[in-house]
Amino acid sequence: MNITVKIKRFDPEKDDAARWESYSVEADKMDRALDVLMDIKWHHDGSLTFRKSCAHGVCGSDAMKINGENKLACSVLLQDLVKEGGTLTFEPLPAASVIKDLVVDQSGFFEKYRAVMPWLINDSPAPEKERYQSAEDHEIIEEATKCILCGACTHSCPSTWADPDYLGPAALLKAYRYVFDTRDEESEERLKIVDSPNGLWKCYTIFNCVQACPKEIDITRWLSALKRKAVTTRF
Amino acid sequence: MTFSHDIVIVGAGGAGLMAALYAAEEGADVAVVSKLHPLRSHTGAAQGGIGAALGNEEEDSWLWHAFDTVKGSDYLGDQDAIEQMCKDAPRTIIELEHYGVPFSRTNEGKIAQRRFGGHTRNFGEAPVRRACYAADRTGHVILHTLYEQCVKKQVRFYDEYQVLDLLMTEGGTCNGVVAYEILTGDVHTFHAKAVCFATGGYGRVFKTTSNAHAGTGDGFALAVRAGVPLQDMEFVQFHPTGLYRLGILITEGARGEGGILRNSEGERFMERYAPTVKDLAPRDMVSQCIYTEIREGRGINGKEYVHLDMTHVGKEVLEHKLPEISTFSRVYLGIDPVEQPIPVAPTCHYAMGGIPTNVDGQVVRSGDRSDIVPGFYACGECACVSVHGANRLGTNSLLDLVVFGRRTGMAMAAAIKADNKKAALSENPEKRTRDTLESIMARSDGEKAVSIRTDLQETMMKNVSVYRNDDTLAESLSDLKDLRRRVKSVTVEDKGRKFNTDLMDAVEILFMMDYAEAIAAGAKNRTESRGAHSREDFSSRDDENWLKHTLFFGKGDDGYDIEYKDVTITRFQPKERKY
Ligand SMILES: Cc1cc2nc3c(=O)[nH]c(=O)nc-3n(C[C@H](O)[C@H](O)[C@H](O)COP(=O)(O)OP(=O)(O)OC[C@H]3O[C@@H](n4cnc5c(N)ncnc54)[C@H](O)[C@@H]3O)c2cc1C
Ligand code: FES
Repeated sequence: MNITVKIKRFDPEKDDAARWESYSVEADKMDRALDVLMDIKWHHDGSLTFRKSCAHGVCGSDAMKINGENKLACSVLLQDLVKEGGTLTFEPLPAASVIKDLVVDQSGFFEKYRAVMPWLINDSPAPEKERYQSAEDHEIIEEATKCILCGACTHSCPSTWADPDYLGPAALLKAYRYVFDTRDEESEERLKIVDSPNGLWKCYTIFNCVQACPKEIDITRWLSALKRKAVTTRF
Repeated sequence: MTFSHDIVIVGAGGAGLMAALYAAEEGADVAVVSKLHPLRSHTGAAQGGIGAALGNEEEDSWLWHAFDTVKGSDYLGDQDAIEQMCKDAPRTIIELEHYGVPFSRTNEGKIAQRRFGGHTRNFGEAPVRRACYAADRTGHVILHTLYEQCVKKQVRFYDEYQVLDLLMTEGGTCNGVVAYEILTGDVHTFHAKAVCFATGGYGRVFKTTSNAHAGTGDGFALAVRAGVPLQDMEFVQFHPTGLYRLGILITEGARGEGGILRNSEGERFMERYAPTVKDLAPRDMVSQCIYTEIREGRGINGKEYVHLDMTHVGKEVLEHKLPEISTFSRVYLGIDPVEQPIPVAPTCHYAMGGIPTNVDGQVVRSGDRSDIVPGFYACGECACVSVHGANRLGTNSLLDLVVFGRRTGMAMAAAIKADNKKAALSENPEKRTRDTLESIMARSDGEKAVSIRTDLQETMMKNVSVYRNDDTLAESLSDLKDLRRRVKSVTVEDKGRKFNTDLMDAVEILFMMDYAEAIAAGAKNRTESRGAHSREDFSSRDDENWLKHTLFFGKGDDGYDIEYKDVTITRFQPKERKY
């Protein structure tokens, strides 16, 4: 099918502000949005810049705004985005500083991730075998472990747009994953970090994150559980 | 700029992070340099499981695991290394669990295990549950946990720095690397006492692959250029079940959970080829069988694919144990595996060969195993220990990463403690890299990387994939010669300094040329069929002449030399391989 592709571009060495560029592209309805970007880069304009790696939704490299919504470019097909003769738009993730074209600076995003102590803490002497965890206890954190840290959620959240210091759904979900891991011994300190002005209470259950998550994680549900835990631990 | 660290690890997948973590645990100053953010590494794509004879679900032993691995390797794996890996496996997995890896659990709360191709009980009797897993996201949870632990340990990360050169002194001691900082376009030197390559595989040199776009095999090329040989590169694993046309992987765990391969007649054809283990035969066999079915006219609708039938497995298993692959099938092909069979065909998946090392990750530069390159280590898919020989068993790669990543990390830390002097850098270590980059940037007419890469991938796929013969291999070598001429004029359209991915595409195609030749030349040279190397003109295994490893030494435009290395055999004498 023939489609028009509009891309919000920015070259830090040439442009003062972002500009839109359009391309007319021949594509297949079963192509991924990422295939379209690669086609443009390889056959129309080698300077078009975006991140990519796995091309099937597991590495989290290519979260961007596609037709106005945050998605992974490799995980959506054209047939679900655009009709013959229609227009497809690509923009970088919102509320992030743009490095070049569709590449954004994720250092702030990962700083927030690091802030919640995203690692298992258990200083008891390690048993000879694995630390047992029942299948039911594993189930509590299993969905949260699907997160690929692409940033689609955090950059779709109005609280993040309003307050860049808000930890955001991705980091809070990671906190949930460890606070509720029955093997972890340090939930109190982690809870203190998320039970703070820039933490949990800036989540107003708007659900944008749930909608944006390419892994279909029910983020708000897990953050609500974290809120309950924070409150019960506090009092 | 020059950065100085005790240990510089190139690559932040499972292997690199494991080495970093264990070296950091020993107190060493460790830097990890990676062209991708660590969490974007392809280890995160590993689905089905990691092998270890934990015996959590049924009786198992490391010796059975070792036997299966030796037999799977078609007797080309080095048995001392295989024994080491299978013995180390249980405690390494337990350590991973202690670090926090969220494995799926049995009813008793232990690490859950499932069946996988080629893994058997009691030396081949019947399939055994040996693959530890976390649904079908095993690599993802291992990668994330290791990264988190490295962050906790304050390992220094240089994200989105692409290494373009390996530095050696005149005496052949490795003392650093040169890297290109993608964000700024600056070139830096990393000066180190120990350098470890953990740069992953090369799937992207073939047209259809399960590997990431970043899987361009940079490490193989950098090693060859530095005069280090590549071992057993002719052994390329094609995984039997890639999504038709796309190559995206459907884990062998799908067959482990009961999935069945069927041809156009609806026949479960693996029953004919491997009566004991059927669909759970090792990958080289299953891929070859699929191609045979297709050639004999039993591909689905006359096309080049067969069906992976999961419809009898049930929604419950698909949703809980294999959710990712169900999603891939729905999203990319519009097929719900609960109701319809999945169209699959072999996809280039894994490099059995690589940079030769011993069990402590030290790089070995000749047929003499004590002839190591001081200061240079390798682990993970880019290395060849060799535990996979001519064919890797499923779940043994993740295991290879963690077992040998761990050992390499500890070995490097011990080496630093013993002697922490860095070999002095040469006068201008960045010169070669700057010259290459400048000449590409300055070229105004020539050919874009994409057209050269497409032709390279086509010839490798057509001539050097599952079935090979002297004619196809000669054709590939002549194509490669021509491509080698063409890459000299590779150009870029992006002339900027910042985040120039066009330039890195060009550099990568230069890398690909250097090891593609090792794959094709090794395959042409080896006049037998063994494991994944299947020659139509030499259809049987020839232990008398070929029970030996290939060592490829590249000489750029001047061709190459091939030497050999003995296979280490401890307890399992080569036998005919039947399943
Ligand atoms: C889809 C899929 C599923 C799989 N499933 C399984 C499974 O279930 N079980 C199993 O055992 N195995 C599986 N495998 C195989 C296994 O996952 C891989 O072999 C393994 O993850 C490779 O790990 P690695 O650490 O060697 O490399 P990778 O994880 O690929 O990491 C390579 C690293 O090197 C870096 N790098 C590369 N070049 C450069 C450079 N020039 N400069 C700087 N950095 C560089 C990259 O940024 C990256 O960080 C699977 C493979 C695939 C493709
Ligand atoms: S490229 Fe990996 S998630 Fe899209």
